Amino acid sequence: MELLDQLKDSLQKGESEQVARFTKQGLSEKIDVRTILDDGLIAGMSIVGAKFKDHEIFLPDVLLAAKAMYVGMDIIKPLMIKEGIPTLGKVVIGTVHGDLHDIGKNLVGIMLKGAGFEIIDLGRDVPAEKFIEAAVESDADVIGMSALLTTTMPVMKKVIGLAKEKGIYDKVKIVVGGAPLSNEYAEQIGAHAYCYDGVNAVDRVKEFVKA
Amino acid sequence: MVSFLERIGNGEVLLGDGALGTMLIRRGLNAGECPDIWNIERPELLEEIASLYLDAGSDIISTNTFGGHPLKLEQYSFRDRIEEINSAGVKAIKNTVKGKAYLAVSCGPCGKLIKPYGDTDPEDISEGYIKQLGALVGEGVDIIYIETMIDLAEALLGVKAAKSIAPEIPVCATMTFDFTPRGFFTVMGNSIEQAAKELEEAGADVVGSNCGNGIENMVKIAEEFKKHSRLPVLIQSNAGLPIVKDDILEYPETPEFMAERVKTMLDLGINIIGGCCGTTPQHIASFRKTIDNY
Repeated sequence: MELLDQLKDSLQKGESEQVARFTKQGLSEKIDVRTILDDGLIAGMSIVGAKFKDHEIFLPDVLLAAKAMYVGMDIIKPLMIKEGIPTLGKVVIGTVHGDLHDIGKNLVGIMLKGAGFEIIDLGRDVPAEKFIEAAVESDADVIGMSALLTTTMPVMKKVIGLAKEKGIYDKVKIVVGGAPLSNEYAEQIGAHAYCYDGVNAVDRVKEFVKA
Repeated sequence: MVSFLERIGNGEVLLGDGALGTMLIRRGLNAGECPDIWNIERPELLEEIASLYLDAGSDIISTNTFGGHPLKLEQYSFRDRIEEINSAGVKAIKNTVKGKAYLAVSCGPCGKLIKPYGDTDPEDISEGYIKQLGALVGEGVDIIYIETMIDLAEALLGVKAAKSIAPEIPVCATMTFDFTPRGFFTVMGNSIEQAAKELEEAGADVVGSNCGNGIENMVKIAEEFKKHSRLPVLIQSNAGLPIVKDDILEYPETPEFMAERVKTMLDLGINIIGGCCGTTPQHIASFRKTIDNY
């Protein structure tokens, strides 16, 4: 099996040590960092995302694959910085104020990172102001908000209001997601997109950075 | 009072209660507030809700201790008040419920993911359940609910913890399943067949499902549980996925709509039926009618 296939394969199985081994081997064999990233780590994670979407695999498999992916990314990161390889874009993510649920948000972060985005994860129970501050500070392309509780959904509206107030609403795209959300609700509060799952989030965010 | 399991054994269908969280929200619980602390701060509201469900005909009333696992309470900085919050949950409704219905203590997920895919040791989750349950059963209770579980591994830890500290109290273990084109699975990928088998092996007395995304899927889940388990089955569906209208939440499924599906569950031989998020005393009253007229 070719090295990159082995890398993709071990990433899908969540074998962190193997991913580290093949990534290092790739570098020592002078495979381009970009190729290792795109055709190894990102390609592997994309298969994981597709299988998850089709319910062939479940959350634990995705989390294990993500851990393996992070191991590989950490190895190539210094080289990416050195060679000035840009990420697809910057996304600030977080679970809104009052909400302590972060499984969904983490999954979206994994999928975006796995697709080549830089993620600024604010964690959970994030105050509205924090989303805006972080987006301005990091010059983010997209803000992603998550809520699991029906009681915390209205906080999203507050963040969007604040984005308008601070004049970044036209510059930074705002996407929302979470179990109780819907397209209608996202439209109602003025979000730029509703993402129904992590894979969908990648598709929507990609549209925004391309545009 | 005849014991809970005995009545089920005699073929009686028992009626649970309805939602607690959404009832508390209507009574002013704010986003981000820990619902369980109301056991101490607003016990009169829990007593009121228990009375409403008793009047509606519930045979089982559950405590407001769903989020009482130490790892969960820790997130609200209530690390030092675990026993106090949990035992207050029983105390708040004990006098109202005693002699009229069975008192069930609710234990929900701890909010952490287990190793290796998560970062929490299974031992810490187990210890947490033992601590929570210790405070709950110390107050004298009839049933233990291990509910809304999405990870079978965690559900098994909860059931085993319950059986280790109070083997005489019946344990009802229920999980939440999503519909996929390949069948029903929990978020973590556990099937109904697997859940039914392993929960029984861990010592559960009753298995089943609660929450979910509407009673029509729940009927299908109920059918599968009946197919895969010899144990009594408990089903507590929510009233569909909420719709937001002008910042107010509305659950779409009416008492009549749900009661019609409760009838199908009676046909399937489901033993305990109740409601979850969005169900009200009106829902429970109409389930009561359906069960009594069956």
